[in-house]
This record gives sequence, structure tokens and C-alpha cells, in this order.
Amino acid sequence: MLVEQIMSKDVITLPPEATIESALKLLHEHHIRHIPIVDVLDHVVGIVSDRDVRDASPSILNQQPSFNELQNEVRTIMSSPVVTVHPLDFAEETASIFYEQEFACVPVTQEGKLVGIVTEKDMLHTLIQLTGVHVQSSQVELKVPHRPGILPEVTAVLGKRKVNITSVLIYPCEEDPDYKILVFRIQTMNPLPTIRDLRDAGYEIRWPNVAEMNV
Amino acid sequence: MSCHAAFVYSEDFTTYKFRDDHPFNQLRVKLTYELLVDAQAIEPHHLLSPRQASDEEIQLIHHPKYVDAVKKASKQLLTEEQAYEFGLGTEDTPMFQNMHEASALLVGGSLSAVDAVLSGKVKHALNLGGGLHHGFERKASGFCIYNDGAIAIEYIRKHYGYKVLYVDTDAHHGDGVQWAFYDDPNVCTLSIHETGRYLFPGTGQVSERGLKEGYGYSYNIPLDAFTEDESFLQAYETALEEIASYFQPDVIITQNGADAHVYDPLTHLCGTMKLYEEIPKLAHSIAHRYCEGRWIALGGGGYDIWRVVPRAWAQIWNVMATNHPMEGRLPEQWLAKWSAQSPVSLPVSWQDPEGICKPIPRQAEINEKNNKVLHKALETIPKHIAPHKSL
Repeated sequence: MLVEQIMSKDVITLPPEATIESALKLLHEHHIRHIPIVDVLDHVVGIVSDRDVRDASPSILNQQPSFNELQNEVRTIMSSPVVTVHPLDFAEETASIFYEQEFACVPVTQEGKLVGIVTEKDMLHTLIQLTGVHVQSSQVELKVPHRPGILPEVTAVLGKRKVNITSVLIYPCEEDPDYKILVFRIQTMNPLPTIRDLRDAGYEIRWPNVAEMNV
Repeated sequence: MSCHAAFVYSEDFTTYKFRDDHPFNQLRVKLTYELLVDAQAIEPHHLLSPRQASDEEIQLIHHPKYVDAVKKASKQLLTEEQAYEFGLGTEDTPMFQNMHEASALLVGGSLSAVDAVLSGKVKHALNLGGGLHHGFERKASGFCIYNDGAIAIEYIRKHYGYKVLYVDTDAHHGDGVQWAFYDDPNVCTLSIHETGRYLFPGTGQVSERGLKEGYGYSYNIPLDAFTEDESFLQAYETALEEIASYFQPDVIITQNGADAHVYDPLTHLCGTMKLYEEIPKLAHSIAHRYCEGRWIALGGGGYDIWRVVPRAWAQIWNVMATNHPMEGRLPEQWLAKWSAQSPVSLPVSWQDPEGICKPIPRQAEINEKNNKVLHKALETIPKHIAPHKSL
């Protein structure tokens, strides 16, 4: 999935000369947590988060607050330089930037100009889409040998029943590195015939594992 | 308490039939009806014939294009590709001859039940042919073509303006009904089901609470797989008591899927017949306490049609009519008639024997998790905010 598919294009920005007070207002009004700071050419010169603004605001413990702090320019508190991504980058790469650099937001630029923004929330939404849990479906988990050609073999079994697959995930089998776990979400309320076919084809079903119930 | 109640029934309910080997089998309604007749729990004056729902009524919830597609599918005039757009012709909801008429009869059954109750003719009514809670505006799914429960609710809203509490105890999430009224504060939905982590349809998380004005009027209690009676009932009883007290409904509609039983092949809950004795008892009591008795009960899922569904559903009627589930041996006549046809040996008494569930190793953990989910689900009810202590 590409960044351009998950980014928000409608970005709220401020110039570096804007006051901290105006940043505070924007954060509240739009329920956002980051404001990219752009120059007249739309180049990203900094970024301000709700925490930066909070740190720069007078303390609520201060009995006689001086509101002058809020009149300072946002350039005095913005983070710079800013890590940006390109619309054609992979969403997955953006996820690693978030994880490794502990960011919660990156601006998206094209030819140096701001074209969008990706937040942690967008990333989580993407994850939900990738797992397919938002589509009506039943989940089936299999343990299969980690070897070439295994996926088409398994999906061929599903194909025979004309079962529509809404998502597939593959992850390592913790107890045995020679195996992988395949997680299918299939669009049926009655996965039993498919599960029977998979068992008959010799695959180990991890879920539904109703052997315990054995009734 | 002996109540005036109606049992909606027609042998034609069995015309809603996808295929011989399909798990959804309306023979279960007939098995239930005959069980009640043989147990002398039902008499001709209780019976109410279902009517056919009109297109206009079906379109209270469903898009005209979808109704049109179902009608075409009824007559084999829909190609596989056209059908796919509407969720028809799949493994779950294959097309069959006269599927529109068969589906409209199930909807009509629920509307007949609604009219009988809301006109004051009877206090309660039961339509076991209905409860098809997965149907969407323009999509069939999960064995459901028309969503009779949602249509009945919209019909009540339109003609009577009552506030409706919908309680869904099917092991699958009541998604179709929930989404139909997700932003409506006059329709409160409570669904208690096996978690969607693995089970169809996958939704019904505790965080699904409604939208806009409807926020706080959708409740979901997803139970862990292998949940047993005690934990299920604790969640159901606590939630229904609190939600009814908060919402103050004018009428209650229950969807009574009987697929949370340990024998059910499609789900992974470990209930017994005890569930199906207690569920209608509380619904009955709530109906009398808040709704002057107005209670419409529908069927739903239930895929062990021999050992589970007839007894479970018959008990809804027994509770509705007398407030007491039956006990002891099942009528010999019924056992004799159906034993020959059943592929499994039929149970001989109304109650399940002890120990039909194998001990679940993680039971304590599961109960604790369910309890946590229950409290999370009820968080939006104002009384959950700790009251001020008076000094």
C-alpha cells in the first residue's frame, strides 16, 4: 500500500511567523495533534505538536500567568528539520519510521512541497484494513511447512469451494521455524466444508480447533 | 403468570430452503411446533398465520434494487455476476426458486407478530421463522435474505412511534440490525455473542456504541470462545437489567438464535439448555416491567436442529405462555416420530444432563475476561458513574 492511499490531503498548516496562540487554537478546533509549518513556497520548514505547544504555554499552577508566551512565534518552538515521506513510498516504510524514531506523524512532500500528512491513526486504520477484520468474515488459521508454493496449494483448496478470501496474513510459527502460520479471513458464515477440505488435504488447522470440545 | 400469547406458524416456513446440505434448515421450526403440540403446550387458538410482507414493507429497510434482484433470483433471471453484487448466489446464500416469496413470508410472520402485540390482541408473540439479523440494505449475508427484525423495528417506529429495545442472544453478532439503527436513539440494540475474533461476521466489539444521536444506544458483549452457561447468563442478565432500566423501552424484540449451545457445529460457545430457559424468563419479566408486556420474540441461528433447537425454542413459548420452562421427559410421540429421521440420537428430556461440556482448562480466565467486557460494555450508562457520597 502506498502513502498516497492512506495520507490525508487536507492539511492544516501555519507559517513560521504565526503565534503559538494561533497554533493552540487550531489544535483545539480541528482535534489534531500536529501542524506542519510551511514557508511561502509550501516547503515544510518545521512541525509543531500539541506537546510543543503545551510545553510553551503558561503552567496552570502559575497563580499570575503571563500570557505573553503565547504571543511568541511558532518558529521558536517548532521541531526542525522535519522527516518527510513521498506519496509513492510504502505505507509499511512509514510505519517503521514511526516505530524507530518514535514519531506519531510525518508530512508528505512531492517536489519539496507539502501534499499530505500521515498520522499514527492513519497507520492503525491501514492495519485494520490489511487484516480484513472490517469485512464480514470467519477466520481460519493453518500451520503449514515454510516452503515455496505452499500458498497457492492452500488457496487452491479454498478456490474449489468458491470461498471469497477477504485477507491473508502470514507469520512465523513461534515453536517451529520450519513452519508458518497462515491466517485467512473468508467470507462465509459456514467455514466447515472449507475446513474439512483443508484437513483432507493434510493441513493442520490451528483454529477453529474444536477438538477440545469433542461433542 | 399465564399470558395471552400468539405463536406464528405456517408449514410454508420450510420453503425458505437453500439446499439439502445447507446448515440453515427451517425444518427446525416444524420440529419445535410439533414438540409443543405433542407436549400439549400449544393449542389451535394460540396459532397465528403469517402474512406475506409487501414490497413497501420490505423496503422499509431494503433498497428497491435489492428487492428487485431477489425477485429475479427467485425466477432464475439473475446471472451469477449480477447476483454477486447483492451477496446472492454465494455458498452462504445460494439462490433458490421462489426465494423472494419464502423470505417475504418470514418477514410477514414478524409483522403479524408485531401487529398482534401492538394492537393489544395478545401480550406476546413468537415468530420462530424470523430473526434473520445479518441481512443488509442491499446485501444478503450469513443465510439471511431479508432482515425481518430490522423491518419489524422500522415498522413499529413508523406506525406506532414506540421506543424499541432489541436483544440479540444469537452466538453471531446481530450486525444487520445494529447498523440499521446505529444512529437512532429510539432503537437500542444489545447483542451478546461469541467474539468476532474468529467467528463470522467479525464485528460486535464492545467499542461499537452507536453514532451521533445514537451514541450510547448500541451495546455489544463479545464473549470468549468456550464460554459456559454461568458466565453467559451473568453477562446477559446484568446487561439487560441495566440497559432496560436506562432505556425504558415501550416494546422489546428478542432474537433467539440457539447456536450458543455446545453441540452447535458453527460456533465455539459451550452453553447448555439452561441458557434457553433463562434467556426468555428475563425477557418476559422485562417486558412486563417496562413495556406493559409488549414482547415479540423471533428465531435466529441454530444449526443442531435435532438435539438443540426444538427444545430451546419450545422453551421460549413455554416461558411466554406460562412463565415456566417445561421439565422432565420429552413427549414419546415426538421422540418416536422423529428418532427415525434424525441422524443423531435425540435427547429424551427437556433439560441437558450434567457434564455435556468437557471441563474447559481456561474457564476462570474466560469468565474474568467476559466480566471485564461486560463492565466495559455498560460504561456509557450514566448510573455507572459513581454516585456522590452524601456527607
